[in-house]
Amino acid sequence: MGVFILMPSETIILLGVNHKKTPLEVREKLALSSGYEEPLAALGTIDGLREYYLLSTCNRVEILVSTDAADVVEKKLAEFLFGDALTPDQYEKHLYCYRDAKAIHHLFMVAASLDSMIVGESQILGQLKEAYRWSSEKKCTGPILNKLLHKSFSVAKRVRSETRIGSSAVSISYAAIELAKKIFGSLEDKRVLLIGAGEMAELAAEHLVGNGAKDVVVANRTLERALDLAKRFNGRAVGLDEMLEQLGQVDIIVSSTGAPGIILHRDDVKPLMRNRRNKPLFFIDIAVPRDLDPALNDLENVYLYDIDDLNNVVELNKAERDKEAIKASRIVDEEALKFKDWQAGLAVTPTLAALREKGNAIARMELERTLPRLEGLSAKERKSVEKMASAIVSKLLHDPMLFLKSESCKDQSEMKVDMLRSVFGLEKNSDQ
Amino acid sequence: MLGEINYILFNSVMVVSFVACAVYIVFFFSQREGLRKIARMIFLGSGILQSLYILSRYFLSGYTPITSQHEAVVFFAWSVTWAYLSFHWRYSVKNFGTFVSVLVVIMLCIAASVSRDLQVLSPILQSLWLPVHAGISVIAYGFLALAFCGGIMYLLQERELKTKNFGFFYSRLPSLESLDQLNNHCLTVGFVFLTLGIITGTLWGRQAWGTYWSWDPKETWSLITWLLYAAQIHQRFTLGWRGRRIALMSIVGFCTVLFTLWGVTFLLGGVHTYAQ
Repeated sequence: MGVFILMPSETIILLGVNHKKTPLEVREKLALSSGYEEPLAALGTIDGLREYYLLSTCNRVEILVSTDAADVVEKKLAEFLFGDALTPDQYEKHLYCYRDAKAIHHLFMVAASLDSMIVGESQILGQLKEAYRWSSEKKCTGPILNKLLHKSFSVAKRVRSETRIGSSAVSISYAAIELAKKIFGSLEDKRVLLIGAGEMAELAAEHLVGNGAKDVVVANRTLERALDLAKRFNGRAVGLDEMLEQLGQVDIIVSSTGAPGIILHRDDVKPLMRNRRNKPLFFIDIAVPRDLDPALNDLENVYLYDIDDLNNVVELNKAERDKEAIKASRIVDEEALKFKDWQAGLAVTPTLAALREKGNAIARMELERTLPRLEGLSAKERKSVEKMASAIVSKLLHDPMLFLKSESCKDQSEMKVDMLRSVFGLEKNSDQ
Repeated sequence: MLGEINYILFNSVMVVSFVACAVYIVFFFSQREGLRKIARMIFLGSGILQSLYILSRYFLSGYTPITSQHEAVVFFAWSVTWAYLSFHWRYSVKNFGTFVSVLVVIMLCIAASVSRDLQVLSPILQSLWLPVHAGISVIAYGFLALAFCGGIMYLLQERELKTKNFGFFYSRLPSLESLDQLNNHCLTVGFVFLTLGIITGTLWGRQAWGTYWSWDPKETWSLITWLLYAAQIHQRFTLGWRGRRIALMSIVGFCTVLFTLWGVTFLLGGVHTYAQ
C-alpha cells in the first residue's frame, strides 16, 4: 500500500552553481569534480534526504533533493558542495537555492536548454539523462524525483518540437554546417579535408560526418597525429605536401594549422577548378592567424569563411533564437504549473490511505465482535457477512474519496484534507 | 454566349492568379508551411482556368489562339504555369513558386493591357503547323522562363553567401546546388523544345513560302537565342560550367527570348508580325 506517501512537510530543493552566477575559479574549487559514483555515495551520507540526484557538467553543478527537513538539509548541501574550499560567507553570493515551484521551474529551464550558456544547444538534455541514469541506478531517486525528471525530459522535447530554439546555428560548427548545406544542398557523400589535426578540426569533422559527409582526409605536419585522427573517422592521412592533390577530390576543407602565414593561395586553387569541373569548394578557416588566402573567396564556385565570418553568423542567429526563447519559457511555465498540480494531488494520497485504513479497521473490529456470537454459520455464510461489512465501508467512503480526489479547486487540496481529517477524526499527521 | 464565357474566364484567371501570387508572397515573408500548400492549390486552379480560357478562345475563333499579342502572352503564361506545376511534381525547390507566380502575374497583366480582339487569320497561317510550331516554341519558352527565375534566385543566394551579409533572402532561398540543378533541368528541357520549335518552323516555312529559311527577323533572333542556349549547354558538358555563369546565361538567354517574342514584332516587323 501507499506507493506515494508524501509527507505534507516534504519539500523539493534544488541547489547549485552555474556559469551565470559563479565564476569559473569558484566552480573549479568544488569538492565534487569527477564522475557521479563518489559524489552520489557521499550525498547518501547526509541525513534527512529522501531522494536525491546530482547533475555535474562543465557549466553547472546542481543537486536536487526531496526532504522533510528543508532548512537543515539546505545548509548541509551547501557545505557538501563547497567542502572546505570556501566559507559560507564567501559562497553565499555564488549559490542559488530554490524550493518547490521555483525548483521545478528551474529544472525545466535547464532541461529545455534555456539556462544554458548557448541557449538552445541540445547537449544538456543528454547530460541530464546521463545524470539521472546514475542516480536511479544507485537507487537515489524515488517516486517524486523519478516523476519530476521524466517530466523534465518531456518538457525539453516539447520545447524542441514546438519552438525553433534548437534550429539556428549557435555554435561555430553548427554555423559551418548550415553554410555547407546552403552551398551543397545535402552533405551526403561530400568529402572533407582537414588541414591540421587540432581539437577544433576534430569537432568540425565530427559535425560534418554526423551530417552525412562521407570521406575524411587528414593532412597534417606530423603524420602520426593525422593517422590518429583519420582512424577516428575511418579516413585517410596524408602529408601536408599532398594537400593540393587532395583539393581535386574533396568538397569541404577545414583548416586549423598553427602556421604563421598563409598556406594556400588563390593561385594554387584557381587552376584546380577546371579539373574539378567547377564543383564548389567550401573552405573553412578556423586558424588564427589565418591559413587561407582571403582572395580565395573571389574565385568562382569557391566559398571561404574564416573564424570571424562564422562568428558573425552565430551572432545573427542568436537574435533569432532569443525570440524563440520567450516562447519556450512560456511552455516551461505551463509545465511547471502542471507538475505542481500533480504534486498537490499527491498531498491527498496519505489521507486517502488513512481513510481507507480507518474504515477497514472499523469493519474488522465489528466483525470480530459479531461473528463469534453468530453460531452455526457455514464458511460460505461467514464469507458473505465479511463481504457485506467491507462493502458498506467502501460505499460509505466512496463519495468522500471522490471529493478529495476531485479535479476542481486543486489549490484548495490542503483545506480539503484538513476538513476530511477532522470530520473522520484522523490524526493530524499521517504517521500512525 | 461563348464570348461572355470567354470574358468571364479571363477575368477569373486574373483574379485567381493574383490571389495565388499574393498568398505565395505572404508565405515568402512569413514562411508558414500551411500557406505554401494553399498557394499551390490556388496556382493549380489558375493553371486549369488558363487552360479553359485558351480552350474557349479556340472555340470562339476556330483556330489555335496564339496569333495575336494577347493570345501569345496568355499562351506563354500558361506554359510557364504548367512547366512549373510539372516541375514541382518531380522536384521541390524552396520558394520557387513565389518567383514563378510573380512572373506569371506580370505576363497576365501585359495580356490584359493589350487588345483582346479576335483577328482574322491570313490563309497562310491556317494550317496544322500553327499549333505544332507555336505550341512547341511556347512550351520551350515556358521552361526557359523557369530557368530565368532559377537564375535570379541563384544570383541572389550566391551574393548572400559571397558577401557573407546574410539578409532577407538567405534563409528563404534554397541551396545553390538545388538551384543549379533546377537550371540544368529546365535548360535541357527548354532547349530540346526550342530546337523542335525551330525545326517545325523551317518545315512550315518550306510549305508556306517554299523556302526553309527566309532570314525573317524573328527567325534570325530565334537562331540567336538557340545559339546562346546551345553554347551554354556545350560549355556545361565540355568545360563543366555551372553556377553563376549558367545563371547569368539563362538570364541573358531569356532576355533574347523576350526580344524575339516582342521586340522583333515592334521594332523589326516581318512575316511573324501578329497584327495585320
